[in-house]
This record gives sequence, C-alpha cells and structure tokens, in this order.
Amino acid sequence: MTEYETIVGLEVHCELSTTTKLFCGCRNAFGEAPNTNICPVCLGLPGSLPVINRRAVELALRIGSALNCRAQRSIFHRKNYFYPDMPKDYQISQYDEPINVDGFLELADGSRVGIERAHMEEDTGKTTHVGGGGRIHEAAHSLVDYNRAGVPLVEIVSRPDIRSAVQARAYVDELRSILVATGASDGRMEEGSLRVDANVSVRPVGATEYGTRCEVKNLNSLRSLERAIDYEVARQIELIESGERVAQETRHWDEADGSTHSLRSKEEANDYRYFPEPDLTPLAPDERLLAAAAEGVGPMPAERRHRLSEIVSRSAELATRRDGSTDQVVTVVDLGLDDLVVGAVTAGADPRLALARAANEAAANADAAKRLDPIAFAALLKMESSGRLSSTQSKEVLVELMTNGGDPGDIASRLGYEAMDQAALDSMVDDVIASNPEEWQRYRGGDEKVAQFLLGQVMRASRGRANGKLVAAAFAARRDI
Amino acid sequence: MSEPERRISPEDVRHVARLARLALDDDEIGRYALQLSAIFEHVDAVRRLDTANVPPTAHPFPVENVLRLDSVAPSLDRATVLAQAPLAEGDCFQVPRIMGEAP
Amino acid sequence: MTARQSPGIGSVAGIAAAVRSGEISAQSVLRSSLRRVAELEGDLHCFNAITAEKAMADADAVDRMVASGIDPGPLAGVPVALKDNLCTEGIPTTCSSKILAGWLPPYDATVVSRLRRAGAVPVGKTNLDEFAMGSSTENSAFGPTRNPWDITRVPGGSSGGSAAAVASGMVPLSFGSDTGGSIRQPAALCGIVGVKPTYGVVSRYGLIAFASSLDQIGPFAATVADAALGLEVVAGHDPMDSTSLERPAPDLLASLDDGVSGLRIGIVDDFLSDVSAECGATVMAAAEALAAAGAEVDRVKIPELLLGLPAYYLIAPAEASSNLSRYDGVRYGLRVDGPDAETMNARTRGEGFGPEVKRRIMIGTYALSAGYYDAYYGQAQKARTIVIRAFEAAYRNFDVLLTPTTPSVAFPFGSKVDDPIEMYLCDLCSIPSSLAGHPATSVPFALSPEGLPVGVQVLAPALGEVLMMRVAASLEKAAPPGVRGPVTP
Repeated sequence: MTEYETIVGLEVHCELSTTTKLFCGCRNAFGEAPNTNICPVCLGLPGSLPVINRRAVELALRIGSALNCRAQRSIFHRKNYFYPDMPKDYQISQYDEPINVDGFLELADGSRVGIERAHMEEDTGKTTHVGGGGRIHEAAHSLVDYNRAGVPLVEIVSRPDIRSAVQARAYVDELRSILVATGASDGRMEEGSLRVDANVSVRPVGATEYGTRCEVKNLNSLRSLERAIDYEVARQIELIESGERVAQETRHWDEADGSTHSLRSKEEANDYRYFPEPDLTPLAPDERLLAAAAEGVGPMPAERRHRLSEIVSRSAELATRRDGSTDQVVTVVDLGLDDLVVGAVTAGADPRLALARAANEAAANADAAKRLDPIAFAALLKMESSGRLSSTQSKEVLVELMTNGGDPGDIASRLGYEAMDQAALDSMVDDVIASNPEEWQRYRGGDEKVAQFLLGQVMRASRGRANGKLVAAAFAARRDI
Repeated sequence: MSEPERRISPEDVRHVARLARLALDDDEIGRYALQLSAIFEHVDAVRRLDTANVPPTAHPFPVENVLRLDSVAPSLDRATVLAQAPLAEGDCFQVPRIMGEAP
Repeated sequence: MTARQSPGIGSVAGIAAAVRSGEISAQSVLRSSLRRVAELEGDLHCFNAITAEKAMADADAVDRMVASGIDPGPLAGVPVALKDNLCTEGIPTTCSSKILAGWLPPYDATVVSRLRRAGAVPVGKTNLDEFAMGSSTENSAFGPTRNPWDITRVPGGSSGGSAAAVASGMVPLSFGSDTGGSIRQPAALCGIVGVKPTYGVVSRYGLIAFASSLDQIGPFAATVADAALGLEVVAGHDPMDSTSLERPAPDLLASLDDGVSGLRIGIVDDFLSDVSAECGATVMAAAEALAAAGAEVDRVKIPELLLGLPAYYLIAPAEASSNLSRYDGVRYGLRVDGPDAETMNARTRGEGFGPEVKRRIMIGTYALSAGYYDAYYGQAQKARTIVIRAFEAAYRNFDVLLTPTTPSVAFPFGSKVDDPIEMYLCDLCSIPSSLAGHPATSVPFALSPEGLPVGVQVLAPALGEVLMMRVAASLEKAAPPGVRGPVTP
C-alpha cells in the first residue's frame, strides 16, 4: 500500500485597509450601495489614468516585512483578459518584479512555511448571477457592481511547504493574525477581505518530484479549506491508484456537496500577455517608504508567542509537562492578551496561573480583558495563589473586575468572598447564640432546621462576608463542647 | 520554443482574434492573415537585432515612486454613469450570462 | 486645384490681446469662426461635432469677465478645435469610431480644463483616424476630412480634422495628439505648424489612449508663436497623470526670436533617400537658410533611427491592443447583443472597430502573446533603447536636428489606404523622436511643384522645446511667402 504525501501551496488575497482605492481617490469601503464609489479611473473610462496610493505601498511593505520577505524595486504589469468585472479588461498587477519576495511564516506549532512572494494588485468588481440559482453557468444574465474594482490587494503566495489540511488551516489562521496585527487588513474571510485558493497535489512518500497539482477555488471559510484539501487529496490518490493521471486544472469547491468539480475547461489556458504597465512608474522602496511602513507596528504573533513562553517558563516552579500550556500561549497571543499576562507576571503573579486565567476566563470577554490593569490582575491572582480566594471565587471576581473595574480586594469583600477574621467570626457566633437562646437550645437538641436559621443570623450580621462552612463549624464546635 | 514563423496563418488570426475578442468571418480572417503576414515581414528586422547588452526601455525617462496621498476624492454620480451604460438594471450594469469563471 | 491664401480670423496672440483689452468681443470672434465653419465644413468635414451653443455661452462668459475687469486668461476668446479623442464633459467624444458613437464623458481632459481656464472657446470636436490609428484620416468611421489645399487629397492623420480646421482658417488654434507623427504629419501636409512636446510635458489625463508610452497632446497653429502660446497654456505637471513630468510649463515665447547664430544644426542623412525629391530638397533649402542666419549646419548619419519604424509598429499596437480592450460593450458605447457575455464582447468589437484598428489590435496581441513576447515586443523595447542612445550620441555634437517631416506631400484619397505598409511608411521620419520621447515640430517651408505644402521637422533632445521653437521661428522667418495656411479650397 503506497503512502502518499500531501503537498499544498496557498494563494491568499487580502484587501488592504486603506481609505481609498489603489489607483484613485474613491473610498475603499465594504457593503455600500452598488456603483457609488466609482470614478473615471476605477471604472476604466476612456482617457483615465491610474496613480498609485502611497498608503497601499506602505501597507504592502509592512506585510512583506511581517512575513520576513525582502523588499525590492518593483514594477506593475498589465495582466490582460476579458471579464465583465474588469473595467479595463486588464488587471494592473505585478509579475516578475514584485515588491516582496523570499519570506516565511512561522506557525503556532513552530513549523515554517516559505513565502514565495507578496505582491500588489487591484481588485475586480463583483458580479451577481441572476436566475439559475445564482450559479454562474445556469444564470440568465449577470449584474456588475464596480465598488470593489480598484481596491488594493496584496496576494501572498506560499511555497508548496504545507503538508496537511490542518497545517493549511493553521497557516491561514496565523496569516490572518499577522495581517490584523500589522493593521494592513481586517482579514475577514466572511466579508471577502481575505480570500484563499489552494494548490493541491500528492506524491508517494519518498518521491522528490512534485505530482500534478490542481487549483481549488471558492473556499469561503477555514472549514471549507480543510475539507476541500482532504477531499482533493483523496480524489487524487484514488485516481493515481486506479492508474489514471491527475489533470492539471482548476477545480471549484462545492460546499453543499462536499466535493470539487472541474470548471468548464477552455480550449486553451489564458494567455495573459503580461507587459510592464506604461502608465505607472516603478516603485523603489526608499528610506521614507520603509520608515512609514514600519511606523507603529508592534511585534508579530510569533515573536509575541516566543516572548510569552519564555516568561512563563522562566518560573522555577513550572514543570515542563504537556498540559496544553502551549495552546494557552497561542490563545493568549491570538486574543492580544499577552501584554496583560506579561505585565501581571512582572508584578509578581504566578505565571502558570496568569496564563491559565487569561486563556480561559479572560478570553470569554477579550475586549474587556485587554483593558484590565495588569497590576490589578496580578493582585487578584496572588489572592488566589495564597488561598485567600478559592478558584471559583477568583473567577467571579475576575468577571466583575473586567465588567466594572475596581480593586480586587474590594470586590472580593463586597462579594463576601474574603475570609473573615476568625476572632470576629467567633464573636458574631457568640452574639447570635446569646441573642437567640431558644433556638440555640433546639439546635443543641439536634434540630437541623434551626441550624439554618442560626447560620442565617450570622450571615446577616456579617453581611454575607462570613464563610458559611466556617460558621457551621463554629456552631458545631460550641454544641459539642 | 521554436523560432516563431514569419507567416501569419488563418489559424494564427483565429487565435489572436479569440484572445482579443474580435468576431471575424472567414473572408476577413483570410484577408487579415495576408495583411498581417506582410506587416510582420516588415517588422521582422527587429527580431533579428543583436540586443545582447541592451536593456529594454519601458519609459522614456527613468522616474520612480510617483505616488498620491490616501485621501478621498469625489466619486461620479451613479445616474450619470449608468445613463451611458448599454444596459443597466437597477443600480448595476447588466451583461448576458457569463460562460467562464474568472481566472 | 490651387487653393487661395486667406487671412483667417486672426492670430491667437492677436485675438487674445484684443479680447482682453476689450477692443473686440469674444462673441464676435466666435461668430467669424462659426461663419467660416459654415462656409467650408461641407467641403472639408473637419468636425464630428460643432458645439455652437456651448461656445456662444463660453464666449459670453469671457466677455462678461472682461466687462467686470477680470482677466479671462492668455487665450481669451480664442476659438479652438479639439481632436475627438480628448474627453469633453457632456459633449460626445467618439475617437471617430462606431464603438464610441454618442459617448458622453463625465469629465474633461486636463488639457481641456486648462484651455477653458485660459479663456479659450472650444467650438467643436475634430475628425481623426479611428482611435488615432492612421496617417490620412481615411480610417474615420464618419468619413474622411479633406485637405484645404486640395480637396481630392488627404489632410494627413491621425489629427486630420484639427489640422484642416486651422489650415482653412476656421480656428486659429487646435489640438491633436501625436503617437508616431499624428500632429506633425498633418501639419506638414496642411502647411501649418504642429508641435509634439517632450513625453510627459503635457498631461495625458483625458486623452483616450492609443499607445500609452508614446501619446502626447500638442497644438496646431498658422505660426510658431501661436503654437508656442497654445503649448504653454496646456503644458505642466498634472498629478492625475503619473507619467507627467514634475515641471512647470516651459516659457517658450521669451527667446523665440533669438535667432540661430552659433547653434549646431544636424541634417539627418538617413531619411533623405527614402523621401520624395521635393521633401528632400526642402530640407536642404531649410538648412541653407539656417546657415545663412548664422547656424553651423552639417550632415549627420544616424542609421539606427531606421529601426524606429519596425519597433514602433510592434510597440504601439501592443500597447493599443491592451488599451482598447475596455471597449467591450459592458459599461458604455456600442453593444451588439449575444447569447453570452463573451459572444457579446466579440460581436461588439467586431462591428464597432474598423479594419485598421482591428489589424493593430491583432498585431499587438500577437506581439505580446506567449512564445512571441521576447522576439517581438521584448526586442522592440530594446530597439527603442538603441534609438535613444543613437540620439544621445548625436546630440553631443548638435543642438537640434533637421529632417523632412514626411516622405511625401499630401496624397490622393484611396492611394494608400489599401496598403497598410505604404501608410505606415508615412511616419518614417516622425517615429524615432516619438520612441525617444523627444520634442519635435513641423514648420511649413515650401510648396511642391503642384502647389502642395512641404514641411520641415525640427528635432530637439528631451525638454529642448525652447531651443526647438527658436529654430522653428527662424525657419518660419526664412520661409518664402505663400507656403503656409490658412487657405480656402
């Protein structure tokens, strides 16, 4: 039985978060009324000319840097083909001299995927197919909205280093957090600001040559991506095992059907007739552009994970058990709570505990958690570590802390979680006994119901601060004298 | 790739006409094949040039980094634009059914 | 068929001065122009559209500005004609093609805005070879324009309508576009001055593109001074055009009459054997005149310039094939229906484009196609470098160069239109400077034995407009009388 290796390369298109489009001053906005953000340039009207958006270049350089690419002098090329969503029937893109080359992406598990290039190009308009259930081939006609035409994109092309559907998903996940961390894109697959195409092939384990690859499109979620790769791999293996060849083609993922199918094949592949865009000048990443690109960008998720892991594992008490602490590091960084944890640990909190509380409880309300004061967080964690608060109580104080802020000690007191002084508790119990002689006699006689009453009296007197178990023990001790 | 043939055949004309979305009838194809062959005969001199150490010129003058600020400029009035459309439906441009997927 | 010299309605400089001073009204100037148009348009067909009403409103606005003491600008009240590949807001802009018949641009080309801001009064959109592809204006989908000197002959192209409008005295100033000679060649054939500026000096925003790395807009006028005035108004950096040079408009008038004493002028030898006897002789006569005026004149061989024609006829169609893809029947212009989008595109373009446009689209598509790019487009861009270097070498020894503008005088209708290569050869002398992005101008200097105008071309290095116009002005002064328009057919 031959064992096969999965080979996947991913092409990810991401929309940049600029105010205006790549080549004109129309607004770059999602979800607006059709054909309201258009002008002679992005509509490709006769006589119009493109002018490059500086901010888009800065963000593209920023993405390249975050992916450890080399920035280089680049030019734009025209990619010529006809399609109704293309106002000029050519796309201004980059071809053999792209702005970013030769980088890598480090995944959460520490593995690396090579990045071949991350280049700039303009987006197309949107077509809606009318009639025939919205599928392109059965439609009666189509409608075109050019709002999206001209929106700046960066296309990130990975090397075929990905070896499983799971890894592919992790790649896109990590890429998305990087894009969001750089501020270059909001990375929303569901809104189309992040689009993924997969190139999938298989080969026998041990082989050095790549097998024939198929491009899979229409992957609208991470789940689709995973499912589609699994399906494609199985399909290709079956073909090979039955002596057939895998055809190099583009296939469309059908979410409902859970399968890929071949797109209507054309007689010949597209000949894009690339040539340098004569209406634009080359881009030379000078100091000014590079400085603007780097401005205000913090460390990338991988770096933040390394930092957090190091700080957490520096604690001498920390045993290196496989206990999911790696997962917690990933979650905490992903949610942007690593600064909180690092701050709390620096203020003396137990690292393991800080990590766990951040990954689990704080994660439930990450936005609020980000606003937490690390010192207050540390104070709360110390209360839990010292036994002053049970873990349940600690979690509840945390919720209150996130929702309404305040001081953990005050909150604990207010909630009655802070243990009362034993002497004060004894005094209260004695007072209640003294004030309720009849009930005390009944309790001494074994009446359980009156025990609740006596307990209640102490709780009331202490305004809920008394620890119920300790009060019951105090009564019991006095009865048994 | 083998040396490109100098004569442009009717099949060549059909091929480029398809790439360029030009509907031509058989007469036209034949005629253009002859004319284009003659023209390519004429421009062939360029193909045979020794350009060993000669870089291509894409722009007459080597300017770089012409950029604009990321600030909003007024868009066109949709009604004005759609009024020029051969066929509009609601707020969109209407086209007959599209046979192929976008590349 | 000898045309009669006729005074025209006035010079650009003269009209502007008179209108600005209140001596004459813009409306009366316009009326003269429109009268002239009415008389001659039937014979000549210079215009695709005459916008008389709008022009009257514009002229009226100029007059009211003058009356309130506001200066309307350096072209105050000057009637101008605009080639119909320049976008004019709300006014049909067709490129003389069926595929854009009736299209109303929603914006003005930068050049058009600048002309209006300077007080000029556009009177209409002039005829051209379809999408600026041609050398005779016979490729117009709306019928050819006729040469005012002889209406059985072509005015040249592609800016034939703009040239004929000035050459017949309808307007003192018009604008065309030049990609491989489309201003200079009709200027020469119509006995007027035509200027192609350095690439990037005049904004291309709103010029409907033919070949993006070659196209430039420039003026036609009866005199060098008038052409210079027109060019100054439209030139200068435009942020809407990334290829627009970051420089202000040149000051061309200041040194126009400084003469040519001490200037080194080279007669380019290599074209002389490919042009007609009168065109060759005219260049020599022009050279003699410049020598007599104090210039150092010599002959120079620049054989690499002959690579220009084949290189151009790969580069220009290649860029054009891409620039013209947008005419697909989806967003504007002609649509010929089909069962699906692809068929609709093909039928629209099949019917909407004329044969020359289709030829060039196919040449360009072929030159860029897989397997052929390096051999054709790639090589052509390298040939371009060779031409540029050859010019650089020549300009180390000369300040300006002199050549015939065209290989022949105006030819009869139908004599070249069926032979594309014959037609392409019309651009032999004008193409090299287009490839290099250098400025060039044509100045009328002689009449042929049949009484047809012969032009001489002055070439200068990049941004050498000032020197170029100075030499042109000297040539103009030295030219015999009767060689230039306006004329009446």
